Amino acid sequence: MSENWLIQGARVLDPANDLDAVRDVLVADGKIARVGASIDSDGLPVVDASGLLLTPGFVDLHCHLREPGFEYKETIATGTRAAVQGGFTTVCSMANTDPVVDTPATVAFILERAKNAGAARVSPLAAVTQGFGGTQLVEMAALSDAGVVAFSDDGLPIADARMMRHALEYSLLVGKPIVNHCEEPSLAHGGVMNEGLTSLRLGLPGMPAEAEETMVARDALLARRTGGHVHIAHVSTQGSVQIIRAAKQQGVRITAEVTPHHLTLTDAIVAESLPVEDGSALAYDTQAKVKPPLRTETDVEALIEGLNDGTIDAIATDHAPHSTTDKLCEFSEAESGISCLETAFSQAYQLVQDGRITLQTLISKLTVEPSRVFDLPTGTLAPGAPADVVLLDLTSSWIVDPLAFASKGKNTPIAGTTLPARVALTFVAGRPVQVADGYEQRGATQT
Amino acid sequence: MPLARKDLLDLDDFSSEEITLLLETTAAMTEILSRPIRRVPTLRGKTIVNMFYEASTRTRSSFELAAKNLSADLVNVSASQSSVEKGESLIDTMRTLQALGADMIVMRHWEAGAPYLAASWLHASVINAGDGWHAHPSQALLDLFTVQERLGTIEGLKLVIVGDIVHSRVARSNLWGFGKMGADIVLCGPPTLLTPDVLGMVESLPSVTISYDLDEAICDADLVMMLRLQRERMASGLLPSMREYAARFGLTKERMRRARPNALIMHPGPMNQGVEITPELAYSEQAVIEDQVTNGVAVRMAIFYLLAGTSERIA
Repeated sequence: MSENWLIQGARVLDPANDLDAVRDVLVADGKIARVGASIDSDGLPVVDASGLLLTPGFVDLHCHLREPGFEYKETIATGTRAAVQGGFTTVCSMANTDPVVDTPATVAFILERAKNAGAARVSPLAAVTQGFGGTQLVEMAALSDAGVVAFSDDGLPIADARMMRHALEYSLLVGKPIVNHCEEPSLAHGGVMNEGLTSLRLGLPGMPAEAEETMVARDALLARRTGGHVHIAHVSTQGSVQIIRAAKQQGVRITAEVTPHHLTLTDAIVAESLPVEDGSALAYDTQAKVKPPLRTETDVEALIEGLNDGTIDAIATDHAPHSTTDKLCEFSEAESGISCLETAFSQAYQLVQDGRITLQTLISKLTVEPSRVFDLPTGTLAPGAPADVVLLDLTSSWIVDPLAFASKGKNTPIAGTTLPARVALTFVAGRPVQVADGYEQRGATQT
Repeated sequence: MPLARKDLLDLDDFSSEEITLLLETTAAMTEILSRPIRRVPTLRGKTIVNMFYEASTRTRSSFELAAKNLSADLVNVSASQSSVEKGESLIDTMRTLQALGADMIVMRHWEAGAPYLAASWLHASVINAGDGWHAHPSQALLDLFTVQERLGTIEGLKLVIVGDIVHSRVARSNLWGFGKMGADIVLCGPPTLLTPDVLGMVESLPSVTISYDLDEAICDADLVMMLRLQRERMASGLLPSMREYAARFGLTKERMRRARPNALIMHPGPMNQGVEITPELAYSEQAVIEDQVTNGVAVRMAIFYLLAGTSERIA
């Protein structure tokens, strides 16, 4: 199993090093050895990457691997396989497992499982509060030593403002961010989708944009006071973008991510039925149920603007796999979340195709910028960096078929749609961990 | 003309022609109800299941009588005495009912959209008998029929719907029903129960406006539809008190004088007398509340008949 390769003739796009040109990439001992024009193969195995785009492997700041505790939804093995199919070489796993990730032993378990799975790297997050109880901090120092990259009670907001304040203060001890799922419970108040015309039409309780925005504002103020680093998970509204932009202008240590679905879909999709014979006009599509909920066209515009002006640092998947029965029920009873590691890149690439963001911005938000947010060594093709590399075929397109997902989670609202651009090959530490159908002749065999 | 639909889920996607067909068929059914023996063999051999996940007296018994008048076999299932209590999922319950041979399922559910889920998975026809805050199409049809019977037409009438619009399935379905048939609709209620977003929801309808002032809204109305006020609206912070609500939005004799002289008063029941309506009005000549109940049976017979797509004539 070789970890030495010459990847030849790709268009290399490496925002970390301001590079966009046809280059060869030399991989030695699982690390990037050199990026240059016409490198001699010197007997090394060669990958023919002509016509493909080569970028650093994608870094996902936010995904749910479900193990331990919810292995019927996903395991670390299936989740990391889904990751590399989607071009992600590093995934940061959320702590809302059972047990919750709040001890070094659970962190060690996850890292061990990830190593054995041999697909994407896993950088775990730990909880902010013990057992997600919201009242007592986890041992941040011990967990940091064990390898966690950030802290989050994601799935739940840190509802108590004083708790959030102290979490941000204490995090200065370890220098790692507090990631918050911003959703003020008293305003969300049982809402199951975005509050707006669609929720009104469907007669479903909605959660207003302000449920997110009030907590984003609170956290920005607390970060300003404490000097701690707050990272806002899955930003979904125009107001949140405005608040984060203003806070960044004041020098507050605040970063933010947005998901591919919040960038490309609106709440209208919840009510859109598939064209069935004598079908009804409405649907209650539980596949489109997600937290935060899909919002409006205005919000989508603001999120894209936030990506373009640097307010939003990263595109993160919030990959949230669920079993079929978790979604096959009444809308209010259904679990929230979308399985999207395998669709994320292509979904976001639609924005490039439509001319709303540049390819450079897209790749930057998937590589170097998320790496900076959690201070990871990945997301760059600098010599000595891990040889985590993805080869993309921008001329291809494919139809989303959840049954073909490596993820156990088949839950996606875009099943059957055609997406542009494919992930052709993925390397982790110089190892080809993913070779898509039709790219076997490029010279690398999946290991 | 048959009704080319498997299910009746709401009126939002019905054409005015389809609504007219339902109302005309209802008229034929009232003729059957006026006979000494109110029973025809039209749906003999068909099995209809009443699946009520939420308590109901008038709607459940109305569907039951309608099924019996058409000689269908009827099974009543209520959620509290069924496998639902043992945690069976909605889909599994529906599949069981279908496997047992149900041709039509009448469903009342506390969650908006539940009948849509059932309809998308079953071959059987699904009739929405009320889902959460969303829709109650048979109620809207019986309201339309009652008004048409009394006043001859819907088009051009001024309808005022008063109360908790946001949380009302009756209001939503009546908006679609009366709106499509050409009524001018004024929605009236306190701002916490009536968001201006409603206007965005119904922008396809010819004439809908909102008002927070009942005295103004009721002027020259042909129809006043009072909605039931749920007591939990106070506990959840939407209203200060029943007293203030009754003072601003209760229907009194004095307020009713501002409407047209022979304006009709409707209420889907059950009524909070003394809150949204005074007892003297509830039992007045103008009130058609009991007609609504009577017509409900005929409307539901028409729904069964048209969805069954039976070739058998109503004889």
